[in-house]
Amino acid sequence: MPDTVATPAFEPRIVAFFCTWCTYTAADLAGISRMQYAPNVRIVRLMCSGRVDPQFVLAAFRHGADGVLIGGCHPGDCHYDQGNYNASRRFELLKPLLRDMGIEEQRLRLEWISASEGDRVQRVCNEMSEQLRRLGPLRLSPVPSPPVLAEVRS
Amino acid sequence: MKPKVAFYWCASCGGCEEAVVDLAEDVLAVVEAVDIVFWPVALDFKREDVDALADGELAASFINGAVRTSEQQEMAELLRRKSAAVVAFGSCACFGGIPGLANLYSREEILERVYLEAPSLANDERTMPAQDTDVQDCHLSLPEFWGSVCTLDQVIDVDYYLPGCAPPADLIKAAVMALVEGALPEKGAVLAPDVALCSECRHVASKPEQPLISAFRRPHEVIADSDLCLLAQGLICLGPATRAGCGAACVSANMPCTGCMGPMSRVLDHGAKALSAVASLIDSTDEGDIAARAGEIPDPVGTFYRYGLPASLLHRRVLPDHPN
Repeated sequence: MPDTVATPAFEPRIVAFFCTWCTYTAADLAGISRMQYAPNVRIVRLMCSGRVDPQFVLAAFRHGADGVLIGGCHPGDCHYDQGNYNASRRFELLKPLLRDMGIEEQRLRLEWISASEGDRVQRVCNEMSEQLRRLGPLRLSPVPSPPVLAEVRS
Repeated sequence: MKPKVAFYWCASCGGCEEAVVDLAEDVLAVVEAVDIVFWPVALDFKREDVDALADGELAASFINGAVRTSEQQEMAELLRRKSAAVVAFGSCACFGGIPGLANLYSREEILERVYLEAPSLANDERTMPAQDTDVQDCHLSLPEFWGSVCTLDQVIDVDYYLPGCAPPADLIKAAVMALVEGALPEKGAVLAPDVALCSECRHVASKPEQPLISAFRRPHEVIADSDLCLLAQGLICLGPATRAGCGAACVSANMPCTGCMGPMSRVLDHGAKALSAVASLIDSTDEGDIAARAGEIPDPVGTFYRYGLPASLLHRRVLPDHPN
């Protein structure tokens, strides 16, 4: 018998917010084209990348995501004309905030992926999974509450 | 018999105590209606006097300040036990407040800065505070200094929230009177209006449907037009994402809202919501340009979480060597 138990390699959890018109359709295309990619990504389908409230990103991190991926239509291609620009504005403001909160840049990514770019979904998901695998898990401090106060004192 | 109330302070500046005094003549109506049996800043009652009360004997405790030490925790727990209702009084107790920005640093970084690095220090022996010290024949102990700043409701059960830095006098008076008349709302309520500050701002008429910001400006960089929405002038005003109740006092003096009243009830994370509101106003669709605008905000955490870092989803900065 081996005298040490091998610890399983770390597998990151990535929450992906994909717009239904472009990036989600691209992920669908990747699927029907039988392109294989890292199973670390959990996709949440939204109508538009402009629907991604920064609260969603922080809530994903708080509830155990190691990374968050936002996917929307290329600039100029938004089904709602302007939604992806709003995603971009929020993303650019959120980046320095996360940096100052000690969350590495690689943990939040915004990609423009059109409906025909299934291979790009494959590449981005693989790339991000690999980067986060190397980076390791995100270790947020627990939010204290009266019964678990002991945890914050350390 | 008049209901008994207590006022207490934890990690705070004293501004909340001042706010009670700011009731001016109305403080007489408060004193008429309630017996203040504990108020360290103003009255000479001691901890023993609180110990001597029966559990639940206090109608209410108004506790201000964030919680960071074991002493503050002990007093908060004591007052919780003795009180029918606990009101988190002021932004620090509600959301962590300005002291909550210490959650950007580790305990060690703070102690080193304060006791070893600050330019005004004379500490050649590099003395650091210790929780336990033996001096000659005496054993001295200090309260434990926690790794993070907490909101009051992260430490004890809280019944009501009265935000503001400091809470506005009319909201304090209304809260005390509601208590006396037994007309308090359901547990967990915030004792302030549940609408955005813009609704009571005198600039709301001049607020464009979609104010567009081509450059962020800081208050000292611009002489604001006092007849125009501050957002439309490039000043980061958190009014659209912040609870009303203060009468837009800062904005009336041409200072943008910094968010002390906290979020409205349906918001999970005040800073994220405020960031979202401000981001949408950037007048550009070019990613490089948007990133440059974002770079004009020198301290995003201090801008969007000025009063609420401990209450936020992230709670504190991630420390590289956090044990779990």
